Formats: sequence, C-alpha cells, structure tokens
Amino acid sequence: MPTINYILKDGSTRAVDAPAGLSVMEAAIRANIRGIDAECGGCCSCATCHVYVDEAFLDRLPPADDMEQELLEGVAAERRPTSRLSCQLPMSAELDGIIITVPATQA
Amino acid sequence: MNARAALLIAGASYAGLQLAASARNLGFEGRIVMVGDEALPPYQRPPLSKGLLTGKSTVESLPVKSEAFYSESGIELLLGRRVAALAPERQQVTLDDGSSLEYDWLALTTGARCRPLPVPGAGLAGVLEVRTVDDALRLDAAAGGAHRACIIGGGFIGLEVAAALAGRGLDVTVVEALPRLLARAVTPQMSAFVEDLHRRNGVGFAFGQAVSALHGDNGKVCAVELASGERIDCDLVVVGIGVIPNTGLAEAAGIACANGILTDGLGQTSAPRVLAAGDCAAFPNPYAPDPARPIRLESIQAANDLARAAASLLVGAPQPYASVPWFWSDQYDAKLQMAGLMAADDEVVVRGDPASGRFTVFCLRNGRMAAVHTASRPAEHMLGRKLVAAGASATAAQLADESFDLKSLLA
Repeated sequence: MPTINYILKDGSTRAVDAPAGLSVMEAAIRANIRGIDAECGGCCSCATCHVYVDEAFLDRLPPADDMEQELLEGVAAERRPTSRLSCQLPMSAELDGIIITVPATQA
Repeated sequence: MNARAALLIAGASYAGLQLAASARNLGFEGRIVMVGDEALPPYQRPPLSKGLLTGKSTVESLPVKSEAFYSESGIELLLGRRVAALAPERQQVTLDDGSSLEYDWLALTTGARCRPLPVPGAGLAGVLEVRTVDDALRLDAAAGGAHRACIIGGGFIGLEVAAALAGRGLDVTVVEALPRLLARAVTPQMSAFVEDLHRRNGVGFAFGQAVSALHGDNGKVCAVELASGERIDCDLVVVGIGVIPNTGLAEAAGIACANGILTDGLGQTSAPRVLAAGDCAAFPNPYAPDPARPIRLESIQAANDLARAAASLLVGAPQPYASVPWFWSDQYDAKLQMAGLMAADDEVVVRGDPASGRFTVFCLRNGRMAAVHTASRPAEHMLGRKLVAAGASATAAQLADESFDLKSLLA
C-alpha cells in the first residue's frame, strides 16, 4: 500500500498507509493528522485542506483545475508554488512515499 | 459505566464532534462522553443528498474522523443511545436505557428533524425524506426501481436530490410553495439561474403550489395532488420542506427555547453549565440583518463555529462566535457558495453573465457588503467572506464592473 509522509506543524513526521484512490485529505482525516481541517468534507468548497507537496512529487499529481486554482487564492496560510488542496489528490502507487507538509493554519 | 463526565455531549454530529475536538485541542482534560442515537460515529451529511445518491460516495467514506481520533483524543462515543431526560439542577441526565450520568458541563447538540408533510397520504410507502444515512440509503434503494419522482420543496436539499435523481435518469418534478426556488437563501437572480440549470437537465417545476394530498395505489404513493387540483403522477416522493429543531429535551428541563435552544455567542443556554450548538441552537448572529435577534443557521459552518466558541468557554478563555456565515451546494456541475446573510431589501448587484454559468451576486446593506453568492466562482466566494467580515464599502458600479479589482475593497 502506498505511504504518505505528513510533516506536521511541530516538525515531526508521520507515515500513513493509504490505499490507492483515497485522497491525501481523507487519509489524513482517518489517521487523525492535525492541521488538515477539510470543513466541507472534500468537495472543493472551503480551502481548509491546504497542504504543501514536496517538489519531487508535484509533476506526478493531476494538475489543479480552475476551481482548485481559485480556492487556493483564498487559503489562510501562505500560498506557495507547491500549494494544493489535499482533497483533490487521489493516492496511487506512483505517489508512494509522497511528502506532504501541513501549513501553519487553515482558518 | 462510570457515572460522571466532565463534558457530556448529547448528539453526535458536527456540533458535538467539533465541541469535543476543540475542547481537547484547547487543553480540556476531563472525561468527554458523546452520546449519539445513530449507529455510525459522526459522519458527513452533505453527501447524503448528493454523492451517496449518485455513487460518488460510499457509506464507508462518510465518517468525519477515524476511530483513532476518538481513542487518541480520549473522547468516548456512546452510540445507539439517546439522552432521554435532563435535570439541570442536579447536573444529571438519564439515557434511554434508564442509566444516568452526571456532568460538569452538558452540551445539547441534538440537531433537527425533517418537518413532516401535513397532508393525507404522507405516510404512504415511497414517501421519503433525507436527514440521516439510513434515509439516504432508503432513497438510493427506492430510486433504483422508480421512474417518476416528485420532490416537495425547492430548497437546497430538495434541489440536490432533484439533481441526483435527474442524473440517474428519473423524470423529476419539483413542487415549491413559493414563487421561486431557494427564496429564503438567495436573491431572485440566483433563483432564476438555479431554475434554468435544473430545467436544462430535464427537471420540471410547479411554483406557488401547496400540496393538498398524496395518493396511493396498494399503499404505495402514485400521485401528488396540488391545491389547484392538478395531479403529478409519480412513484417516488421526497419531502424537503425544512426542519424542526430538536428542543424537546431542553424544553422539558425548563431551558429557554424559541424556534431553537436560545444561546448567547458562547453557546450558553438559560441553564447554568448547559451549552447548545448546531441546528438545534438559536443565537444572535453579528452578520444577520437584525444582529440582536436569535436565529438558527442550518449549516456545518455555524455548527462548527458555535461549538468552537463553546469549547473556548470550557477552558476559561471565552471567544464568542464572530464568524461570517457561509454554506454551499453542489448541483450538477455548478458550485453555489453563499457568504453572509441577505435581507429582502438589500441592494443587489450582479457581476458576470449568469448565462455563462459563472457569476456573483452581491448584496449591499447601507452601502456595505452583507452577502456574496457565487455560482462556480470560488475565488470570489473566498474573497466575499473577507468582504462581508470587513463590512467593506462598495458601489454597485464597482461591483458590476468585471475589470474592477475586488481585492482593492479590502484595503
């Protein structure tokens, strides 16, 4: 099963196994990763599942669509070139080992 | 079970969960017990009227938190149980199995129930509502064998169900008592857009019509009769005419209620050490047209934010509710997002062409931003929340001009 490495706000890392198809947001919620709120439940409406994706994995992800791009403009923490909404990132074997950094705030 | 909880939460959905989670995050150390009358731990409700009916979501994907969350956070879930009675003077509740629990703090997050359709035939087979996962699964199963659905109520739930069923190939008619859709929540411009969106997807409408009876054939619904006498043949009826707050427990305990359990901005009810939040709570909202009058907001945002405020009280660092109300609805490929609370006499300005499917409606009150409703313009929604929070001043000419930079209004 692919693994996601979440870097938390305190700098520690948690490795979480995530079956293919589960989103990076859903995997975080199930594993009780703090700092990914996902208030809308993953329907790309609220921008509270914002994360930074390690550059090495960026081009393996589906590109952000218009809705996601627009919502990223409204994220609470700093928007960076590596910013994504984790509800829009389905896991796959190709993403095994992906490094996801939780931002300072979601609200 | 041990008979005392530092925080006892009656009702296990968004408000109850957020209160428990926020209390822990803020350092609340006492025992937390959350009692819920459904079998599932707190789960996402938006998919019930959308993804669960279209196959995009599954029951397995619904829980808001993992089991690990509850064990790691020290939040005890008591599911399949209901608080049956409350004695605030003894700080004690009785559960429906007869056992009793004492509390230091009690939170009533009992939610709401669907308003029943008050006409003959409402109890026929094939007449359904959508509030719980069981309701949604029943509807999903019924839709599988149905051909013609009649949705009673042109609110968000009714319209989301209409979109899902139309997408499954059913012939769908929506009956709405008022002259337009979503009349309490959005302006006529947005109502017209939503109506057109549904019509383009094959949904029919009957406006300004009350339902007078449902007719059955061998105990199963076969037609909806309108006050005009018109009959709509159907083999499935979904009733979405609003909800009634679950205030019975509070009322029986002598706690002040008026279309909801009355609270302040910290979720405090009229009884000491009893809090309330979520769909069951009515509280003065700083963004409402009348900020002094308690209102109920049936939204995840309101549930979460009043619960957060209540949690802050528990740890002695009270931060009253101050959030801009917002909610959303997905119908077909349109993303509707609403920030702020509109009033009927707001000045309304449209930005963008509704025919394009992407536009924004601004509601100005005394020249200041009161509400922003967007159709598939999420960036303007996010900005809209900030504009409403700031009470930004704007003119109709600025807002209607697509070349005008809305962000400059925040400066």
